[in-house]
Amino acid sequence: MADPSRVVLEIRNLTLRFPTYGGAVHAVNGASIRVDAGERVGIVGESGSAKSVTSLMAMRLLPEGRFEVAGGSVALCGRDILAASEKEMVNIRGRDVAMIFQEPLTALNPTRRIGRQMLEVIRLHRGLSGRAARDLAIRLLGDMRIADPEQVFGRYPFELSGGMRQRVLIGLAFSCEPKLIVADEATTALDVTVQRQVLHLLRAKANSLGTAILFITHDLAVASQFCDRLYVMYAGAVVEEGPTAEVLGAPAHPYTQALLDALPERAAPGERLRSIAGSVPDLTAELSGCAFAPRCAQASAVCERRPALIPTGSDGHRAACWLAAKAVQ
Amino acid sequence: MPFVNIIRKRLIFLVLVVFGVSLITFAISHIIPGDPARLVAGDRASDEIVTSIRQQMGLDRPLPEQYWRYLTGILRGDLGASLRTNRPVIEDLVAFFPASLELALVALLIATLMGAPLGVLSAVYRDRPIDHVVRTLAVIGISTPAFWLGLILIVTFYGALGVLPGGGRIDPNLAIPSRVTGFYLVDSLLAGDLPAFGSTLRHLVLPAFTLGFIHLGVVARQIRSAMLDELQQDYVRTARANGIAKWRVICGHALPNALIPSITVLGLALGDLLYGAVLTETVFAWPGMGAYVVNSIQSLDFPAVMGFSVVVSFAYVLVNLAVDLIYMAIDPRITGVN
Amino acid sequence: MSAAGPIVAAPVAISDWGFLFYRIRKSPLTVLGILMILTVLVFVAFAPWLATHDPNAISLRARLAPPSGAHWFGTDEVGRDLYSRVVFGGRLSVGVGFFVVVIAGGVGAVVGCLSGILGGRVDTVLMRIMDVVLSVPSLVVTMALAAALGPSLFNAMLAMAIVRIPFYVRLARGQALVIREMPYVKGAYIFGASNWQVLRWHVARNAMPPLIVQATLDLGGAILMASALSFIGLGAQQPTAEWGAMVSTGRNFILDQWWYSAFPGFAILFTATGFNLLGDGVRDLLDPRQKGR
Repeated sequence: MADPSRVVLEIRNLTLRFPTYGGAVHAVNGASIRVDAGERVGIVGESGSAKSVTSLMAMRLLPEGRFEVAGGSVALCGRDILAASEKEMVNIRGRDVAMIFQEPLTALNPTRRIGRQMLEVIRLHRGLSGRAARDLAIRLLGDMRIADPEQVFGRYPFELSGGMRQRVLIGLAFSCEPKLIVADEATTALDVTVQRQVLHLLRAKANSLGTAILFITHDLAVASQFCDRLYVMYAGAVVEEGPTAEVLGAPAHPYTQALLDALPERAAPGERLRSIAGSVPDLTAELSGCAFAPRCAQASAVCERRPALIPTGSDGHRAACWLAAKAVQ
Repeated sequence: MPFVNIIRKRLIFLVLVVFGVSLITFAISHIIPGDPARLVAGDRASDEIVTSIRQQMGLDRPLPEQYWRYLTGILRGDLGASLRTNRPVIEDLVAFFPASLELALVALLIATLMGAPLGVLSAVYRDRPIDHVVRTLAVIGISTPAFWLGLILIVTFYGALGVLPGGGRIDPNLAIPSRVTGFYLVDSLLAGDLPAFGSTLRHLVLPAFTLGFIHLGVVARQIRSAMLDELQQDYVRTARANGIAKWRVICGHALPNALIPSITVLGLALGDLLYGAVLTETVFAWPGMGAYVVNSIQSLDFPAVMGFSVVVSFAYVLVNLAVDLIYMAIDPRITGVN
Repeated sequence: MSAAGPIVAAPVAISDWGFLFYRIRKSPLTVLGILMILTVLVFVAFAPWLATHDPNAISLRARLAPPSGAHWFGTDEVGRDLYSRVVFGGRLSVGVGFFVVVIAGGVGAVVGCLSGILGGRVDTVLMRIMDVVLSVPSLVVTMALAAALGPSLFNAMLAMAIVRIPFYVRLARGQALVIREMPYVKGAYIFGASNWQVLRWHVARNAMPPLIVQATLDLGGAILMASALSFIGLGAQQPTAEWGAMVSTGRNFILDQWWYSAFPGFAILFTATGFNLLGDGVRDLLDPRQKGR
């Protein structure tokens, strides 16, 4: 299928647990996600579907000691992340993979000027100093279409608008020309017009550098415009994957269909907005059958066994649903 | 204009405190059983003498008038005369204040230098053994009777080991450095008198450690809690995601930000140290305000006690004001740079 | 919070008590504090059985004796057994601590709740007064008040209780204000309940737990301050077996008979540490940042 040398991120059967008072929370249940070089891959799903946790694990940024890896592997640019030392991770983070977070307000150190925060990262990874580092920082800000980079360079985060801050963060993420950028709800907090501009910048910059993007969002509309391929996650597992047009155009999993039906754009004028009945399952118990079955209108006895991801026919499109399996046969 | 607002608020508070302290001390001094005039005159004085002293002290006037005279006196810097030393209270306090402040500042330095790193460790290794050790230490600190710790240190380092002096501020055989600031450490350096500096330092070790240890817990807890707040901030994650090493993020980003809110607590700690020194000074025969006030209390010298309360409360508010100003100077979000 | 927030667990059917127990067990310091307090309370309860001597029995032949098999903590300047005096002294110190927080907390709760419920000018004036009192360093005021009342343990307790009242008033008022705004209390008013009924039925019940917690947190501090007052001669007087007073007398013999001051002082440290450890644990339990762990 894919050329192994082009795989940037490969998460295989990742299973994560968080020990808590009520017992272990089975947060991630055998999720597999692959990102190839230069590809824009989306992870979509409701809150609590573990999309963020999965991506944080890819950078080993979950708080140490608060989780257990019960199985699976994570490889970033061919390196085993789960076995890497913290020292190795420090070299990988920022250099091979960078991350953009949701809250641009709090994602920058509030008491440091933008320039100083950028210089710290640039000096660290690019070995540049003085003038050269400064020039690069200004250029990155300019690339993000910031009108007056010199001025923004000397500002504190609280003096900038949300869109500006997000551009700074994106510029910072690109500062070492990483192979992969993880964007976790990177545009969710922005209003729609700013969101569009920021996405455009992100795409343009990624294309010019050949950077792959793992784009995590709960917003199907944004995902459909931005991503080449999609993973739909539910209750810590991937329930459907494939090219964006396939997944959203011909959803094979009832959960994906339900997500699409819940989009406000799908509702006729005057019609009530639809929602998915029920809520995300209790993850303190190990899942035995299909996690979505309790909320699924088409569930049957067979759903008590857990379905694997099955090809639905078209290229790379797979769904973890017994219905899809039947349709193929 | 938050700057002006804060100063105005503090000044209003200052007025409130002076008013409150004067009222409280005045009230307390008027519930003393016995007659201050009799106390001054002595047991064997005739009734006429006592009456005339009472008139002299204004004790025969109605209470509101007495209070008014007391309050206006405070505003003029007149705290009355000590019954014990027969000198104006304000002069006594001015004489003793530098010794107390010197002790309090050194103690604060010790508490901060020890407490801050412990607080950081405790926050970073939350719920791990090191966190438990630090927190236990912090609790022991605030649970230790200062007077007892002082005695134990005296027994150990003066009595048994004989390596440090057991009390006083400087070797009595040495000349006291001529007063410039009133801090012996500073004055001896200014005079180039190294033996005096060394002796002062040796005399400071035990009392400053005693006082510092009591407050170590306060500092460590504050830093721990502020660090926990900072460590869960998104910018910490951003910095880590950008490949900045863990301890560099902790010390370079989180700690400076955690110190900003902690300034307030450290400032309050200085205020506490000033009057918390009461017990420590007594144990170490440290010639400061604390020892002075304990002697005054024991001899029911109320003008002195009232004066001490007023001065310390005043200093407390001023420290708070200074803390606010520092706070504003170091937090760009408040100053609103550019 | 979406990222690191390790997924809120779905509601689990376990009683609050179970959860409390789980959290306490996960906090070794709280357990340690509880064990220390239990130790102290055992000594307080069974002092006559646990003491080896009459704490006031004078024996001039055994003056200032070092710790030995006969006198575990040594003897004082008139030959009284220090171990027995420390054991009995616990009754006094712990008793004083409880007395102070109960009086201060009780008075403070009533005044604070009333002030909060009544509101208006009474409330404003009262709170201004409390602000003023709270702005004055408490140790000094306590000392001055205790001295003015005359040096005795009871007066020291009274002074400590009085100086602590404003703290509880403020706390109770804050609680009352919150409770007053609760929908069910507003409902009660609509159905014609009087201030007094609201106070009795809603505020008293719901404001009590946080006040009790605060009082627990305050116990260690109260015990420490009582011993400090006794140390400078404003509290318990000779020959009462009180820890602070014993340290104070022992100070005269400190260089040669270290044990005289050391053991009573350690008893203060031990007791205060126990209560403060428990206090810390309780504070953590109530800290919303700890939720879900």
